[in-house]
Amino acid sequence: MGDFFSVSVLVATLASGIRLATPFLLAGLGETIGQRSGVLNLGVEGVMLLGAFSAYYVTLETGSAVYGIIGAIVVGLLMGLAYAFITLMMHAEQGISGIGVYLFGLGFTDLLFQKNVGTPKPIRGLGEVSIPLLSDIPKIGEIFFQHSLPVYFAFALVPLVWFMINKTTFGLNIRAVGETPEAADTLGVSVNMTRLATMLIGSTMASLAGAALALEVGIFQQNLTSGQGFIAIALVYFGAWRSYGVMFGALLFGIVQATVLQLKTLGIVEGANSSLMAMAPAVLTIVVLVIVSRRVAAPGALTRPFNRSA
Amino acid sequence: MTVRSLAQYHQFPYNNNKNKGSIMKATSTRVIASAVAALALVAASCGGSDDTADAPATDAPAATIAAADEPAAEPAAEPAEPMRIGLVAPSAVNDVAWTQAMFDSLNRVGQGRDIEIAVTDGTFVVEDAAAAIRGYAEDGFDLVIAHGTQYGGPLQEIATDFPDVSFMIGTSSDFFGIDNIFAYSVEAGEAGYVNGVVAAQLTESNNIGVVGPVPAGDAKLYIDGFVAGVAAQNPDVKVNVNYIDSFSDVLLASEAAKALVGAGADVLTGSAQMVVGAIGVAVEEGVPWLGSQSNQTGLGEEVVVGSFVYHWEQLLNDVLDKIQAGTLGGEALSISVADGGLELEFNGAFPLDAAIKASTEATVAGIGDGTIKVPASE
Repeated sequence: MGDFFSVSVLVATLASGIRLATPFLLAGLGETIGQRSGVLNLGVEGVMLLGAFSAYYVTLETGSAVYGIIGAIVVGLLMGLAYAFITLMMHAEQGISGIGVYLFGLGFTDLLFQKNVGTPKPIRGLGEVSIPLLSDIPKIGEIFFQHSLPVYFAFALVPLVWFMINKTTFGLNIRAVGETPEAADTLGVSVNMTRLATMLIGSTMASLAGAALALEVGIFQQNLTSGQGFIAIALVYFGAWRSYGVMFGALLFGIVQATVLQLKTLGIVEGANSSLMAMAPAVLTIVVLVIVSRRVAAPGALTRPFNRSA
Repeated sequence: MTVRSLAQYHQFPYNNNKNKGSIMKATSTRVIASAVAALALVAASCGGSDDTADAPATDAPAATIAAADEPAAEPAAEPAEPMRIGLVAPSAVNDVAWTQAMFDSLNRVGQGRDIEIAVTDGTFVVEDAAAAIRGYAEDGFDLVIAHGTQYGGPLQEIATDFPDVSFMIGTSSDFFGIDNIFAYSVEAGEAGYVNGVVAAQLTESNNIGVVGPVPAGDAKLYIDGFVAGVAAQNPDVKVNVNYIDSFSDVLLASEAAKALVGAGADVLTGSAQMVVGAIGVAVEEGVPWLGSQSNQTGLGEEVVVGSFVYHWEQLLNDVLDKIQAGTLGGEALSISVADGGLELEFNGAFPLDAAIKASTEATVAGIGDGTIKVPASE
């Protein structure tokens, strides 16, 4: 293990872990806001794929990643509206309709990709932005301050989301609607409007998570997200519906993944052991989930559609 | 396209039923239900491009596919019937990899002989593929190609139901002892070996990185061959192999490549579809990349040295000759560097030393005449 504990390897591992954590974090924060208002969206993965494709395709056509991100925001809002229509107006069962959104995203992005692009063409992503001064700090700078913009954006959102949920009237409404929608309703809080707002925000963040991924790797292909949206949902439970908890989970997951990659690269683990190692993040998540679920309860009205006459 | 192949799937039981008319009404609700299920599955199976849609029942669009790309045989003047070939594949015909290699090869075969090609692509749901395979067989196709190892299970049943139709399954070296199935495979280890010889001459740090999916199948053959090729050329070069345990996680592949470069690698290679992420890193870091499975030059003009591509034409012609001679299967075939089925296509834009290029040709020739033996994978 000597090789692994050299400073340069540890620095590279942590920086890699932060990059790997970013899509989980963005999507997870969005899902947190939605779930706090009582809406479960299992379609995160599908929305991520749609966001990834739109960011990729717009960037490919216009040559500008900024337009790509705008495209992803628009797609995210549209998907939020669609999911709100399905669950708020039609009162569809949230678990199943989320799976529907996922399947739609998976199939539709592949169809669009095959029709409009076909052969994968690389795009220029956003590139790294070194934060002046801070990035010059030895080690620390390399770990934290030499990343692409979505990485900074995702981590900057953590305190903002915390503030929004815990310190604003809107956040109070979200929590009220998520715990006891009937009580919130009698006090004049519009349950459906609050939930619509959280779904628009959550869906846009999922779409941005996909965009961050596509711009980081500079390519799109079928099933680019490969299950990251589902991990993000697991991390919301892991993080006990708190933004800092989700960040901790995403970082833990990302850093464990990065560590496994480094251990394999350095030849410290090989063969069958490497497959066992690959399970590490998932096993870790399950263990923490078991511990967390004893400590914190989910939002009271999670997955329960609101129906005033009921 | 999947829409049609699914419609086909649901239509089979009724087609087979002699009292088709009478059961039609009774099952109309079930038909609607299956249509809904089909819609859902369309999303799931996320098929390929629209231009490849064709149920075996309608051969007209199938013919246009072949004609669209490169005009195949002119409308036959001779009275002889063209041989009809159905291709069922898990990904799209323009995937620049697995399925495209076979589709392009079929079209090249079509330039030399009178064949008619029909395609059902994007069927990564095995049941879906099985329905399409059975459909082609029922429709009296001469040859049905099940272009995915995962189709082996259902194919065994279908092939025994249609003893007069020839089937192909790949990559597989096992024809299940059924005498109307040809198994086909790729000697990917040979491609890896040649790439390894090139890589060992390109590296200056004596450190090469490999990104793989899981240690199995073609990827493992390629990577084991690569490691052997490097060792044969220069035993001092260290090869770090990183199997990321995923065929699809592009971000993980990208981070794996970064880790390999961080550990000193100055040449990279890899196998399976998620390596596009690793090629991106090669471009960023200016590190040469050796391609496999398809021509990957488009993903990194400035770093891709060359790519091994699959040419199935010779093997396909072989199979067609055999079918015409009355042999419908019962054999395992393969393409290799030696027989020209695996060809290294250099990227003209990459400044490759003439001596290295020459050594590649010598290696290819050596594998061809048996003076170089590529060690078998464990």
